Amino acid sequence: MTVGGSTAESRAGWAFVTPALALIGIFFVLPVAGAFVLSFTDFDLYSIGGPGNTRFVGLANYRDLLTTPLFWTALRNTLYFVLVGGPLSVAVSLAAALLVNARTVRLKPFFRAAFFAPWVTTLVAVALLWRYIYHPQYGLLNAAIGVFGLGPVDWLGDPAWAMPSIILLSVWKNFGYNMLIFLAGLQAIPEELYEAASLDGAGAWHRFRHVTVPMLGPTLVFVGIVTMITSFQIFSEPYVMTQGGPLKSTTTLMLFMYEEGFRWWRLGFAATIAVVLFLLTLAGTVVQLRFRREAQG
Amino acid sequence: MRRLRAVLLHLVLLIGVVLAATPLIWMVSASLMRPGEANSSPPPFLPAQPTLEHYRALFTSLSVGRYIVNSLLVSVGGTLGALLIVGLAGYAFAKLRFRGRQPVFRGLLAAMVIPGQVAMLPMFILLRELGLVNTLVGAMIPFLAPVYGIFLVRQYALSIPDDLLQAARLDGATEFQIFRLIVLPGIAPVLATLGVFTFLGAWNDFMWPLIILSDDAKYTLPVALANLTGEHVQDVELMMSGAVVTVLPVFIAFLFLQRYYIQGIMTGSVKG
Repeated sequence: MTVGGSTAESRAGWAFVTPALALIGIFFVLPVAGAFVLSFTDFDLYSIGGPGNTRFVGLANYRDLLTTPLFWTALRNTLYFVLVGGPLSVAVSLAAALLVNARTVRLKPFFRAAFFAPWVTTLVAVALLWRYIYHPQYGLLNAAIGVFGLGPVDWLGDPAWAMPSIILLSVWKNFGYNMLIFLAGLQAIPEELYEAASLDGAGAWHRFRHVTVPMLGPTLVFVGIVTMITSFQIFSEPYVMTQGGPLKSTTTLMLFMYEEGFRWWRLGFAATIAVVLFLLTLAGTVVQLRFRREAQG
Repeated sequence: MRRLRAVLLHLVLLIGVVLAATPLIWMVSASLMRPGEANSSPPPFLPAQPTLEHYRALFTSLSVGRYIVNSLLVSVGGTLGALLIVGLAGYAFAKLRFRGRQPVFRGLLAAMVIPGQVAMLPMFILLRELGLVNTLVGAMIPFLAPVYGIFLVRQYALSIPDDLLQAARLDGATEFQIFRLIVLPGIAPVLATLGVFTFLGAWNDFMWPLIILSDDAKYTLPVALANLTGEHVQDVELMMSGAVVTVLPVFIAFLFLQRYYIQGIMTGSVKG
């Protein structure tokens, strides 16, 4: 009877996971493997007409990629966004969480929801919105800094300012999400630790430095790495706001992949960029795991 | 002194709220301005005479109604599919003993870190072979079986008491009956969280529908909005009304279902 029951259970188990596994296998695992295969072929517009027109070309696409100046520009722009925008976004999230979590703050749920609200908006819609906010002549931002006698700045038209402008939009849109994760982390710190520190005569800064930071450490690492990995995927902001310009200063890896793959239909070549994204993500994950192991040991 | 610090703290928080909310308020405000009004210097913050003419134009000459329907079909279809498929799988990984469960689950966890964009080029070729390019089903596919969702549901379903399931089996219930009558009500809260996140993700998604939908009549709202920009970028007020229409449904959903978003993120992350 137990044996019969467990056979039924085993059969049900497989029946219940099969739809999910089939979808993930066909529409995720297979295409990810396909991206590697594709990157060794000359799949292009002619291949779409007839798959027979595709040949294996070995490492030609990779040689091509490494000698394409726009690839290095896109890589540099993406790293700029990841290495400047990522830490900035985490810092703003942490500051917001600390403020909202302060003991004397009333209406916490209101502040929490207000800071989180931009995160639920549609990226394409708010990227368009910020495009107008950044307008050199009629934009809200230049009007605002004009009050202090600054500007005007051609935010999206100046190659030096275009990427910082995209970073500002993305910090505004995303900081609320990480703020919630930090709030959860802060609330998990036992109140007694702060009380003990206060009894020892520690001021606000010392309590932050010696209680909050160590206790929040794992959360900080987690948020930092996840933010970094998702930042590598930036696409919609430059697509809507700058189309990669001016002077390619906001062309990111994913925008470059999209244009090569779906504007010029060089899918084989574009697949090498997908592989680069995969490798960057893998590197980020390895770093995360190492950090965690160090934090634990 | 303590009083003063509390006041200062609230002041800083209020400035933060103003900074976070101003762009969204201006978006609504500009959508109500007369044509060309937003393009004046200094830019007006509120419309002199509010008008709904841009919203009328969106629904009459620019057929935004169709894009809303497309977006709803993709988001609702994706969400319902995900709830069923992920609910079953998450429960099975938590509670049903079957051969190969552990290695398969570990494999899924490993796959979770690979970004979806890596798969997009071959996905396009595959869906082309299947005749799903330029269909709403094609736009829906990436949302049907989210791996993080399986993980989320599994963690939650672990707390269902085994005795309850065993008792139902002794009473002669089939495994599917057990799922429908006992498990489903038990995991309803986590399914609500998964539902709001899937809906939000599908509604806001841009890169994949941009790739897979080629025909204007099939566009979802974000793709249609980005496409409209090409022709109407000078019509600030019209574009802002389009942005409002795109954001409004998910924003209203957020106002009413806040706790599912906030709890979902706050509890999901503590374990992470």
